[in-house]
Formats: sequence, C-alpha cells, structure tokens
Amino acid sequence: MWKWLHPYAKPEASFRLAGAFVPWFTALAVLCLSIGTVWGLLFAPSDYQQGDSFRIIYVHVPAAILSMGAYLTMAIAGFIALVWQIKQSEIYVAAVAPIGAGFTFIALLTGAAWGKPMWGTWWVWDARLTSELILLFLYLGVIALYNAFDDKALAGRSASILSLVGVINLPIIHYSVEWWNTLHQGASITKFAKPSIDSAMLWPLLINIVGFGAFLGALSLVRFRTELLKREQRRPWVRQLLLGTGEA
Amino acid sequence: MQFDSFADFVAMGGYGFYVWLSFGCTLLTLGAVVVDSILKRQALTRSISQIKAKQDRMLAAREVKERL
Repeated sequence: MWKWLHPYAKPEASFRLAGAFVPWFTALAVLCLSIGTVWGLLFAPSDYQQGDSFRIIYVHVPAAILSMGAYLTMAIAGFIALVWQIKQSEIYVAAVAPIGAGFTFIALLTGAAWGKPMWGTWWVWDARLTSELILLFLYLGVIALYNAFDDKALAGRSASILSLVGVINLPIIHYSVEWWNTLHQGASITKFAKPSIDSAMLWPLLINIVGFGAFLGALSLVRFRTELLKREQRRPWVRQLLLGTGEA
Repeated sequence: MQFDSFADFVAMGGYGFYVWLSFGCTLLTLGAVVVDSILKRQALTRSISQIKAKQDRMLAAREVKERL
C-alpha cells in the first residue's frame, strides 16, 4: 500500500520532491501573509477593550501556534530518524529548528510589546511566558547540538533525541493558561466550541496562520535541500546537479 | 477601512509604538531567516565547486607528472 513512497527514500528523489513543493508554499505564504496582514491592520474592527493594540494578534498568535507546530513536526521527524534511521528525517530536524526558533522569538517579542500596554509590563515569569521561553532554548539547543559534531550522523541522532525529549514542553505551553494563574488569556480559537473571537477579527487571523504555516513549509524545504546537498556532496548526483558534470 | 487618514493609521489609536514594534520585528525576523537560508545555499554551492576545482587541478597536475 505504501510502496509508492519507497522511491522517495533515495536522497535524489526527496531532493526533487522538496524542490517541487517550494514555489507553491512560497506563493501561498506571500499571498496569505499580505492579505491577512493588510486585512488585520486596516479593515478588522478595533477591539472594544484593547483598541488598536489588539492588532498585534495577527503576528503574535500565528507565530506562537506555528512555533509549537514546527516543534511538533521536528519531534516527529526526530522520532522517525531514531526509530527507522531515515537520514532525511535527521536533516529535517536540522532544517526546521532555526525557523521554529525565529517563530518563537517573534511570539515572545510581540507578546512583550502587547503585554506592556495591556498588562503594564513587558515580561512576567508566569507559566505561559516561561514555557515559551524554554521552547526557544530547546530550539537553540537543537541547533547548537547539530552544529557541535563534525560527524553529521552523530549530530543528527543527538539533535533528534533532544527534540524528542523537549516535546514534553508542548502540552505544558498549551495548558499553562489553564493549569496556573497567569496574566495570559485563555484560548480564543483553539477550543472545540465556537471561537470566542468575532469572525470579522477571526478571518484575517486564520489567513495569517495559514501564511505562517506556508512560510514554514517553504523555508524548511529550502533548508532541507541545502542540508541534504551538504551531507551528500561527495555523491555523483550532487556534483552532476551543481556542476553539470557526470564524473567527480 | 478603520482609519480616516494615514496619520490615524500610523498612530493606531495611541498604540502605534507597540503595534509597529511588533510588526517591524516580525518582518525583520522572518526576513533574517529567509536571507540566512539563501546565503547558506549559495555558500554551499560555492564551496562544492571550489572543492571540485581543486580536485581537477590535482588530477591535471598528476597527469602532467605522469607524462614527464
């Protein structure tokens, strides 16, 4: 049943498949991010309590959701890399970590810039903020660990183990606003019931979430391809692809 | 459209600093990740072709030596 998938285990095939997806993800990201951001900044109604400061939601929430989503895909890839020893999975772990770190950084920074006018403080050491900060450290740890070894097989295995261990932080981040008293508000859109945010505000938010997701998809594939080429650079197919020569 | 003028839009109802700080930093961070990804790819292509050129030179030198 899954036999059609087997040829993609070949590095050359997964390189080409990843390349085929890049332009689509890029187009979707550019489209969604521009529509969602313009809509959110110009056309969404301002909040009755928070005024126009609530517009920070259009970068804060997508970055925060995708910082966790990216981590989840990284941990799943780490699991696959450790159990089935698929090299491409290790490479994906290394490829996605810097993007996830960027998203986490954005979530923290925009959170601070939103917290200052609304809560009166840039930062508090409460559960949601601290656990998100730990997520940033986990990403940085994965990046540092992968770069610490010259033997990339060992590097990939170590980074995979760390990403898998760190997955415990994801439910902590998600439920932190319910388990502990915090300044951070509860979920507005991720609960199963009707969202507690008006649809005029919700639509641009959803579009930007898709946009951040497509951005993650496009860039993780670009970085995946680079890292795959690096790991395979002594193989003939890479020489042929980059230099247009058969022999190496 | 929620704003009457461009100045109104920039002011963001008094929250301009925080809103533009957020959107600005987001743009910078996303841009940095994009630029880093592109530069990494270019650096790799360069280094692979340098290694290839070096190997070619070594091969050529060996051929010259064998002919002598």
